[in-house]
Amino acid sequence: MTRIKDIATAYLPAEGLQALIDTLRQHHDRVLGPRVREQAIRYETISSVADLPRGVKDEHEGGRYRLHQGEEATFFGFVVGPDSLKSIVYPPRLTLWSMKRSGHEGTIEDQDEPVGSTAILGVRPCELAALAVQDKVFLGHGFEDPHYRQRRERLFLVAVECLQPGAHCFCDSMGTGPGVNGGASWDLALTELVGDGRHGFLVRAGSDAGREMMAKLPLEQAGDGLEKARETALAAAAKSMGRTLDTDGLKKTLYDHVDHPHWEKVADRCLACANCTMVCPTCFCSNTMEETALDGSSAARTRVWDSCFNLDFTYIHGGHVRRSVKSRYRQWMTHKLASWQDQFGVIGCVGCGRCITWCPVGIDITREAAVLQGKPTKTSGRTTS
Amino acid sequence: MAAKRTRKPKLAVWKFASCDGCQLSLLDCEDELLAVTGQVDIAYFPEASREYIRGPYDLSLVEGSITTPHDAERIHKIRRQSKVLVTIGACATAGGIQALRNFGDVKEFTRLVYPSPQFIETLKKSTAIADHVFVDFELRGCPISKEQLVEVINAYLHGRKPAVPTHSVCVECKRRGTACVMVASGIPCMGPVTQAGCGALCPAYNRGCYGCFGPMETPNTPAASGAFSRLGMNEDGIIRTYRSFNAYAEAFRRESERHEPTNH
Ligand code: SF4
Ligand code: SF4
Ligand code: SF4
Ligand code: SF4
Repeated sequence: MTRIKDIATAYLPAEGLQALIDTLRQHHDRVLGPRVREQAIRYETISSVADLPRGVKDEHEGGRYRLHQGEEATFFGFVVGPDSLKSIVYPPRLTLWSMKRSGHEGTIEDQDEPVGSTAILGVRPCELAALAVQDKVFLGHGFEDPHYRQRRERLFLVAVECLQPGAHCFCDSMGTGPGVNGGASWDLALTELVGDGRHGFLVRAGSDAGREMMAKLPLEQAGDGLEKARETALAAAAKSMGRTLDTDGLKKTLYDHVDHPHWEKVADRCLACANCTMVCPTCFCSNTMEETALDGSSAARTRVWDSCFNLDFTYIHGGHVRRSVKSRYRQWMTHKLASWQDQFGVIGCVGCGRCITWCPVGIDITREAAVLQGKPTKTSGRTTS
Repeated sequence: MAAKRTRKPKLAVWKFASCDGCQLSLLDCEDELLAVTGQVDIAYFPEASREYIRGPYDLSLVEGSITTPHDAERIHKIRRQSKVLVTIGACATAGGIQALRNFGDVKEFTRLVYPSPQFIETLKKSTAIADHVFVDFELRGCPISKEQLVEVINAYLHGRKPAVPTHSVCVECKRRGTACVMVASGIPCMGPVTQAGCGALCPAYNRGCYGCFGPMETPNTPAASGAFSRLGMNEDGIIRTYRSFNAYAEAFRRESERHEPTNH
């Protein structure tokens, strides 16, 4: 995955989107894109533009998500749903290996099947940022996770910039969006532009593979006007973020406020249900479980997503370390915003807002952080305290 | 670790006040059941066979709750004959749906239901087995999950701790990739306060969790009830939500009582 500068910019009229999907399908084993399933926009297999939630709008608030059909002709007029790339590169449940016994000997067999190449259409900037964070977790530090690596290496990423952020979004505060800017390397980036009697995408290539793909698309010359339109739209998007998080001195704030009374207040509302960590695109914790055959002739090791909200997460000899919900919520937020920086050199939050929307009681990381920072909270969120 | 066995352990299955659904889960194991019978001698299991081998038993599975003075005696005898005693299902671990009587007057019920109530000998309350004798492991669920049941037997055979998580249903819901019904559809769901085990079956069919596996490890029921009422559930609805299969499990009982009109 070599990182190269933008090497091409062109215009893809909206009618050409099907050609992009077709080309992706020709070159990859599966193509995923945004699609409505179970009242939410997910990453699903797509084969045609008809699969895309065209004109669908998503409404986000703390603990509330609704979709409705809007009037617009846009293909990507929504933001991230509950899924993230995490479940693709780091599956929620994966049998790693199995072992067979014969007498006192054991033979180990790798159980992780080789994966095919996956093209993903509609990857948002915060998703790319989260992937870059996950790369540090799973591939950095001199310890490589082979299961992650084999999935990660076979991704072809078609990013889509966010021009209509949600009420839960704060990527602008985190420097991860709304435009594609930094983050994990991507192959193509699209900006959906509507107006002046046209509808189409400004397309840029971010890799050799992306440039090769561009050569196969029905592209047109992109004039200066389009680049300007993109910049204006992104600047407007950055201003319409539903939430903000002040990252200035954040690490110190969290470390200095281990005993802040606010933790107790959050704990009164927190269900310790772990939804926030499950939907978070950067949370990486897992548990491994041994499954034995009844007759003891074989065993298999399975890795499942775990969470610091689960009591057993800190079970060691003598008992559980984080018994109170207060200590578990504090762990989550302190890890995301502070100790992650010491561990991986980056902040663990990319501002996607999933933990806010998908928390059944709407606990809001931006709001709770603002309280610790002694700031008046000015989020548009429905409060639940 | 279990010492090398010279004989197969003896398994017994006992029934108290219950619907037999949990025992049926064992019969429903089919393939696994054959593997189980390869590893244990089924010494007593009236639902499945007429065979009866005298105790003591290595592993007793107990289904059902204690509702009569006779049963309250019988469970002590079973405990004395069992090296390891595992209770299975909501009746055995929390008193079951029949524990709804605990919130009312059982005498009145019997008068209404039976033509000759004087012949009915019953306790005031339906209670969990662990309220009467020491229980080695409680397997939750209404009914139990057959995978978890096989896992408990498996763990017993290999002398290890059963991999039966006590966290919320939400964890399973997210792992299977279901969109949260509370958040995406506004349907009240017991998942956040309920122990995992079913694999988040109901949310996968766009229904809220009914709480079949009883309270999770650290249930914040007041916070969950707050969310239910914001979704439009009234106090009566909240009481009924907590009062089902696990109505008398401590956390659910306390929460339902907190919403009774007299306790406001
Ligand atoms: S902490 Fe919340 S907002 Fe930040 S990356 Fe995770 S889910 Fe997104
Ligand atoms: S916040 Fe919790 S679940 Fe997420 S990575 Fe940190 S310890 Fe793991
Ligand atoms: S913050 Fe919300 S989603 Fe996270 S554990 Fe608490 S209640 Fe669940
Ligand atoms: S649907 Fe229910 S079980 Fe699933 S995440 Fe939502 S609250 Fe939890």
